[in-house]
Amino acid sequence: MMFSTFESLAGGIALALLSSALFVAFFRLARGPSLPDRVVALDLISTISVAIIAVYTIITDTPVLLDVAIVLALIAFLGTVAFARYLEKGVS
Amino acid sequence: MTSLILSTATRFLLPLFLLFSIFILFRGHNQPGGGFVGGLIAAAAFALHAIAYDVKRTRRLLGIDPRNLSALGLLVAMGSGMISLFLGEPFMTGQWLTLSFWPVGQLEIGTPLFFDVGVYLVVIGITLTIILSLAEE
Repeated sequence: MMFSTFESLAGGIALALLSSALFVAFFRLARGPSLPDRVVALDLISTISVAIIAVYTIITDTPVLLDVAIVLALIAFLGTVAFARYLEKGVS
Repeated sequence: MTSLILSTATRFLLPLFLLFSIFILFRGHNQPGGGFVGGLIAAAAFALHAIAYDVKRTRRLLGIDPRNLSALGLLVAMGSGMISLFLGEPFMTGQWLTLSFWPVGQLEIGTPLFFDVGVYLVVIGITLTIILSLAEE
């Protein structure tokens, strides 16, 4: 079942790469010397999550999950904008 | 404070958010979605407008006090439950009306849809009450 087709093999490789990207981004979120670093890391994490959901949609063949990716992409944009606004205001 | 890029992007994103929230709302009975999620997305749209422009402009865009909006939503939700009372069935029993448009197919309208619309309005109203009054600080 697992890795039986090319699609699931490519999906598995993509998931592994995305997971390692998530781990690296989380390292920057936890470590990040300054607040803007952490905001950028959080934005990157949400973008990687959108990618993981998209890959999972392809592997499991359930198109309904794509809507979750759309909502997450829209809301993550809003969150980054709000963070940037409060950074500009000078809450550090 | 206001950025030109953000305000221009908001002008295009706001209709997209609202359209998507209504899409989620109407799909809710048969597939994942529903009034609550749709209301949250619509509230996020207005929150984005409040960030990009101004809280005052967002209130003017809404045209109605968010608290009144949530009260209206409660009224719609309760009214959808009352319909079955008049037909002699327990409160909030689902009533379905099937309209058929011959070449296209048929449309099923039921009280759960109106209940979902009520939930949608309540969620928008309460979320915007919280967000806008916090943003005014």
